[in-house]
Amino acid sequence: MANSTTNQSMRLEVFRFSPEEDQEPKPRFQTYEVPFRKDWVVLDALNYVKDQMDGSLSFRWSCRMGVCGSCGMMINGVPKLSCAAFLRDYYPNPIRVEPLANFPVLRDLVFQLDSFIEKLKSIQPWIVRKEEKPISEGEYLQTPAEHARYKDFSMCINCMLCYAACPVVGLEPDFLGPAAIALAQRYNFDSRDQGRAGRQEIVASHEGIWQCTFVGECSAVCPKHVDPAGAIQQAKVASTVDWFKEVLWPWGAKR
Amino acid sequence: MESHEHDVLIIGGGGAGLRAAIELAESYPQLRVAVISKVYPMRSHTVAAEGGAAAVIKANDSLDRHAYDTVSGSDWLGDQDVIEAFVKEAPGEMIQMEHWGCPWSREPDGHVAVRPFGGMAIERTWFAADKTGFHMLHTLYQTALKHGATKWYNEFFVSKLLVEEGRCQGAAAIELLTGQVHAILAKAIIMCTGGAGRLFPFTTNGAIKTGDGMGLAYQAGVPLKDLEFVQYHPTGLPGTGILITEAARGEGGLLVNKDGYRYLQDYGLGPPEPWPRLRAMELGPRDRLSQAFMQEDAKGKTIPGPYGSVVHLDLRHLGEKKIDKKLPFVRELAKNYAGIDPVHDPIPVRPVVHYCMGGIDTDIQGATVIPGLFAAGECACVSLNGANRLGSNSLTELLVFGKRAARSAAQFSLDHPGIATAQLKSQAEQEQQRISSQFIRKQGGTERIATLRTELNKIMEAGAGIYRTEESLQKACSAIAVLKERFRNIVLDDRSVSFNTELITALELNFMLDVGQALTHSARRRTESRGSHQRTDYPARDDKKFLKHSLAYKTDGEPRIDYKDVVITRWPPGERVYGK
Amino acid sequence: MKSYVRPMPTTWWLRRGSYVFFMLREFTSVFIAAYLVLFLVMIHRLYQGQAAYESFLESLKSPLAIIFHIVALAFALFHTCTWFNLTPKALVIRLGEERLPPAAIIIPNYLAWIVISVIIGWFVLKG
Repeated sequence: MANSTTNQSMRLEVFRFSPEEDQEPKPRFQTYEVPFRKDWVVLDALNYVKDQMDGSLSFRWSCRMGVCGSCGMMINGVPKLSCAAFLRDYYPNPIRVEPLANFPVLRDLVFQLDSFIEKLKSIQPWIVRKEEKPISEGEYLQTPAEHARYKDFSMCINCMLCYAACPVVGLEPDFLGPAAIALAQRYNFDSRDQGRAGRQEIVASHEGIWQCTFVGECSAVCPKHVDPAGAIQQAKVASTVDWFKEVLWPWGAKR
Repeated sequence: MESHEHDVLIIGGGGAGLRAAIELAESYPQLRVAVISKVYPMRSHTVAAEGGAAAVIKANDSLDRHAYDTVSGSDWLGDQDVIEAFVKEAPGEMIQMEHWGCPWSREPDGHVAVRPFGGMAIERTWFAADKTGFHMLHTLYQTALKHGATKWYNEFFVSKLLVEEGRCQGAAAIELLTGQVHAILAKAIIMCTGGAGRLFPFTTNGAIKTGDGMGLAYQAGVPLKDLEFVQYHPTGLPGTGILITEAARGEGGLLVNKDGYRYLQDYGLGPPEPWPRLRAMELGPRDRLSQAFMQEDAKGKTIPGPYGSVVHLDLRHLGEKKIDKKLPFVRELAKNYAGIDPVHDPIPVRPVVHYCMGGIDTDIQGATVIPGLFAAGECACVSLNGANRLGSNSLTELLVFGKRAARSAAQFSLDHPGIATAQLKSQAEQEQQRISSQFIRKQGGTERIATLRTELNKIMEAGAGIYRTEESLQKACSAIAVLKERFRNIVLDDRSVSFNTELITALELNFMLDVGQALTHSARRRTESRGSHQRTDYPARDDKKFLKHSLAYKTDGEPRIDYKDVVITRWPPGERVYGK
Repeated sequence: MKSYVRPMPTTWWLRRGSYVFFMLREFTSVFIAAYLVLFLVMIHRLYQGQAAYESFLESLKSPLAIIFHIVALAFALFHTCTWFNLTPKALVIRLGEERLPPAAIIIPNYLAWIVISVIIGWFVLKG
């Protein structure tokens, strides 16, 4: 391996948990001494542990370039993609690696994410139209300006760092959450979509946007600059305007 | 033994698998459809594709030109009936993606935009900035979620295909959460499991690209076709192998050697012009560009670096505005993983393994030689891409052949209503026993998985890299045989059943060894140079002997290599000409 | 298979600077509400007549009242500044493909605030 002239090392303190041990869940931390390489990320160090030291350490990863969203973990208490957290930013101090917060832990760094998938499904993340255009008539036209309206919200890689950063998710597990609402907005703002009214029942519910207290940490940790906090506040404004319109113009057309 | 019955089972939840799932849900709503994926579908490696997906759209383009570009790009090894069907169905599939919400980049008037790409005579590569695969995968997954009846087996690893009475009727799959093997049965099975880039040490591919599906089909008796053709993408980051999309060259990026010289003109791809000229220079086909790098390297004209030598991909002349608009992800990747900002500095790049042209042998409808077993996407070899794939053809391939395989599988399942449940469950039970005794409860063993895997990577790179010889391939074949023996001696640290990812890496390594063995043997037998398979001892293309697909069959010893003819319809074999 | 659910302690907000900042911001509502109550009391005293109103004004000169007012003012300013600074998140104004930069939405808020404060201040102080 290149770059191996250095003998420097550093410590990883990794959360371990196995559901098979005993009746009581007994999580613990295990310390590993790994080589320090200046272009390694935490994921490289974890893979070193798994390959050379302890094959029983379980964690999710795949693309190692920040686009698949598999490797989200708490790195020194901050939700990060482990493929984007460079060892050199922590060296020589030890790094504490834990599973993403606000999700149940299945094993070591692997967490249960089915609740997230359910939330994603609930906001109808697909194009809804009263009438479909036949394929033979070609594409729906969409100007660059129309595309820009939803572009940022379409960048979500489903890494769930925002759910780990949001204290509301921790306190109220049924909260729809930043990524799901941002995805709803992605479709709501897509000029080809006509499904906003159908999404409102879930999005503008108590477990939807109204449970958000605008802590703003979701947008701070998002590795793709989706700005879910912005998506939620914009939805709050739009829903409030809707309400006023309904009260003042009850006979008007619903969008 | 938990067993489940469906009508059609799709193994793999990437672009091809999801397209197949949607097709079944929409056109055959009466069928019970299930998708098994060893990762949650949005993690599939389709997500990392960047540049774009090709389909004829411009008024001055034609299906014939797309077909010819693909035929010549494949060095005449692509089946022309497949290619003709592909280019014809491509535009409709891309419009369908747009209707499903895929955020294609647009012209100012709102029409879909296209960009130039390697080996294509006319711009026809649809793109979503430089994250096309990401947007396509998420569009497909979200659209698939619309159909509530589809069953999802997320984080289930298929360790064996279940074949009974000569028909494939299901899969034995390990539920990662519990370690239990389930018998997931179906009347038709579609493999959409992707390629095997992780065979090699430097690859754009993510961890999951271990050739599982190829190995599964191979072990079930399906031949693997044209495995020797491995595509090296000319511009990967050194060390990590992270992909820097061909679109960077499509938008005007230049490749220069240590003297700042655009060296591609010395390799039959010139003359150079200041701006990208289609099918020339930096927009030549990937195999020729990767080979040019190797030759420059041999001449000492490349730039040494800590992870091997590189050349420079220069985007500075594009300007910050264009880079941020058309190549924002490239900028982000270069800054994060190469430590340079392409607005100010050239990006260090070198060829890295990217795509497998070869794979599970299928016909034009996606059917394999085993009734009930179908395949689509990178894991399959139809063959669309022949000896070398043109960039942006494979994302479209997922859609066209994902749909085709779905329709074939649906029809098969309607025609074959019976499933031999009892026998299949019994096979799955045996598989559970095998996993337990050979891995979880195994006594003894000394080899670590990572050691063998690293060895395999080294063998593949040295023996079956961009340039191959009889000697290098023969060494590789023997070395892999030794590795397969050593594999019987592996030992796991992890003896648990819940989320045992070490077990999965062991099973993946087993598939990789099989695929690697088939690859090296196929390469050794092909004594010619064609497309991405270059033999310094046989430097010429030999249409008389080798205008054929190689077929590797599993045996108890070395793979048996056979051949079948390439389908030629309208383009008799000619010379591949670029540059002029 | 059982999973492990990590409990969330009541001191969760002490873990990160951004959480503390958030709690302080939310806490400003206590002072805004308290000041509103004080204001209602003042109105009531006015209603009760000259003597009641003047004794109320006297009580405002006590050290406790002054400290309360200083702290409440600080929190009110904090509340206002954080509110203004976050407005661009909720209000997105597009010009073609680009959006108005956040400063273009924040600065008019501050300007309007200053202008209105100056006008009210002039009325209050000249009397």
